[in-house]
Amino acid sequence: MQTSYLDWNATAPVRPEAAAAVAAALATLGNPSSVHRFGRGAKRILNEAREAVAALVHARPDEIVFTGGGSEANALALSGFRGRRLAVSAIEHDSILGNAPDAAIIPALTDGGVDLGALEAMLASDPRPALISLMLANNETGVIQEVAAAAKIAHRAGGLVHCDAIQAAGKIAVDFAALDVDLMSLSAHKLGGPMGVGALVVRRGLDLDPLIRGGGQEQRRRAGTENLPGIAGFGAAAIAARDTLADDARVAALRDAAQARLCALAPDAVVFGADAPRLPNTLSIAMPRVAASTQVIALDLAGVAVSAGSACSSGKVARSHVLDAMGVAPALAEGAIRISLGWSTTEADIDRLVDAWGALYARTRASAA
Amino acid sequence: MTAAVARKANQPPVYLDYQATTPVDPRVLQAMLPWFTEKFGNPASITHAYGREAEAAVERARGQLASLINAEAREIVFTSGATEANNLAIKGALRFHKQFGKDRVVTLVTEHKCVLESAKAMEAEGFRATYLPVEPNGLVDLDRLRNALDDKTALVSVMAAHNEIGVIQPLAEIGALCRARGILFHTDAAQAVGKIPVDVEAMKIDLMSISGHKVYGPKGIGALYIRRRPRARVTPLIDGGGQERGMRSGTLPTPLCVGIGEAAALAQLEMTEEAQRLIGLRQRFLYGVQRALPQTLLNGDALQRLPGNLNLSFPGIPAPALMEACPGLALSTGSACTAAEVEPSFVLRALGVSDDLAAASLRIGLGRFTTADEVDFAVATLAAAVKHLGETGKAGLGMTSRLAATT
Repeated sequence: MQTSYLDWNATAPVRPEAAAAVAAALATLGNPSSVHRFGRGAKRILNEAREAVAALVHARPDEIVFTGGGSEANALALSGFRGRRLAVSAIEHDSILGNAPDAAIIPALTDGGVDLGALEAMLASDPRPALISLMLANNETGVIQEVAAAAKIAHRAGGLVHCDAIQAAGKIAVDFAALDVDLMSLSAHKLGGPMGVGALVVRRGLDLDPLIRGGGQEQRRRAGTENLPGIAGFGAAAIAARDTLADDARVAALRDAAQARLCALAPDAVVFGADAPRLPNTLSIAMPRVAASTQVIALDLAGVAVSAGSACSSGKVARSHVLDAMGVAPALAEGAIRISLGWSTTEADIDRLVDAWGALYARTRASAA
Repeated sequence: MTAAVARKANQPPVYLDYQATTPVDPRVLQAMLPWFTEKFGNPASITHAYGREAEAAVERARGQLASLINAEAREIVFTSGATEANNLAIKGALRFHKQFGKDRVVTLVTEHKCVLESAKAMEAEGFRATYLPVEPNGLVDLDRLRNALDDKTALVSVMAAHNEIGVIQPLAEIGALCRARGILFHTDAAQAVGKIPVDVEAMKIDLMSISGHKVYGPKGIGALYIRRRPRARVTPLIDGGGQERGMRSGTLPTPLCVGIGEAAALAQLEMTEEAQRLIGLRQRFLYGVQRALPQTLLNGDALQRLPGNLNLSFPGIPAPALMEACPGLALSTGSACTAAEVEPSFVLRALGVSDDLAAASLRIGLGRFTTADEVDFAVATLAAAVKHLGETGKAGLGMTSRLAATT
């Protein structure tokens, strides 16, 4: 059976350039901390990758702290500033919400954006220094947040700003310096690098408590022997992602076509976040009165891989906290699936999606009639 | 002694740093490669075929790793490496047991930096830590350990096999001691698992840190063994998606899990023979050096030690000068994590080794791909270099230029 992978926000296939870099590094012996020739060779690979990742997000190489993934980067950011109160948006990923259980929640608006007016009021009502966390693009709806504006508001109130750019990096241009945030999380496997590696970008001069202590790696901010093949793959993927950002328009056109065709088939379908700036590759759509799990299973049987929401919590198909925060009625949210595209997605993939989803829609509406 | 094998000038140095990291076994590499590209699903995406295929691979790897240490698959929590596992074990166990009035960890002064730093970080949070000294051979005194335990002790953390001096601690005795007192026993087994038999049941281990890249698997992956019965409880370090039964959130790196699983399976099959071969090479190395340089001293217990580890002191010959005089050998003075630091090893000083002698010490790590020819070459090279440096009195000069190069 021909299969179509449309779950790129869960993970992306490793780009060929990244796979080659990983394979080469796996065959390279050496611990980057060792001072002998093998160690120095490993260190060189590490430094080149650091430069490539920094360049992708317009940061400086010495601002990149490599981690074991995006979740760890988020946990490091949120636990790194004891004494600061936390405020995080209601639409953040579980790895933000879970690592900040006592945080104040910045509400979302119905279009999928975060309520910056509410943020301003929250900061004004409590004089204690804050760390706020706002994602650059939502993993479920793709809605791009007004991070630069939020940073301005937070900085005016003496706050620090963390931005989870895990879904945005590699899909849209990301500029750490221009956004003027203090911290930014990245994940390699969301942009065509390998799993098991991510980074926290830490603004030069900012001190934070390490989450994982031990050796002096990563400027004492993250101990542990560096995942050299992973980091090398991250670097190669960052270069490839930067070079193919122009491909956005093609992906966006495919996504827009998919959205138009699904909505034409199902006039009562609802697209979430469509009125706000969105990632070019993401489509969150509900088929009313058909459970997301039913849709995902039907598509899986037809060889089309999509998800009911965030991959991390799949298995337990719970209603999306993101759609809840946008004020979507629970009954409607329970019918929402996430379709996400990438650089190798073709029109044939969209055809297969539309056919399978359309067939399910026709079946359910026929049996309901 | 055997004639040294001639080596061409442009050959890479002989790798004698297997405790810093090991090469990925080609069989492990082959097992991993498909999971980067063709089979790329997120193992948590179990609602579609790509994800289920990845999940099955991760679970198979979990079983392979569990089997090596006589654990159940669901007792394995994958982490980004042994450093994270050690942080999770120490911080997690203390934070969890605070509610029961237990706020103390007992460990050794010779533990890996990441254990010591974790304990220190917990002291800063108001917990208590006791750092026990070791005997001159590097082993813990069990009576001293027994006397150090009290009702407030949540955790004992003792490294299974030492990364610098290779000594193997009496794990079963420590495990029995802790179990009898209702205290969790954590062991940093990054250097031990896959090299020597480690059995979490027989040794009554409750928490155990494992590394991929120390056993011919990939970097970036490790595990914490967390006992189910009687249950060892820890508070997670990284929350979020709820992977690893909530103990460690974050997407599981399928290829790396496959790699550590394959490395474990190979170790289980080959460990006994490999250990015998390495003990043979180790003794060949030791006797060769001692025959050529009778003043050489061995640090750490001669018998209770890793098959592939030696730690030698060459009196009067500063280690940096010696390494510089042996460009054909990749050696280290101790832990790679602190390789750039110029202080003599804190581990050797804890054994009562003088500063001068500690600064004249090298760690020699042998492993799966080390050959007898390489050992002979290394012995001849070291012997010639030590004699030359001793005769010419150039030892001190070499150190100066080395420091300039590494700082």
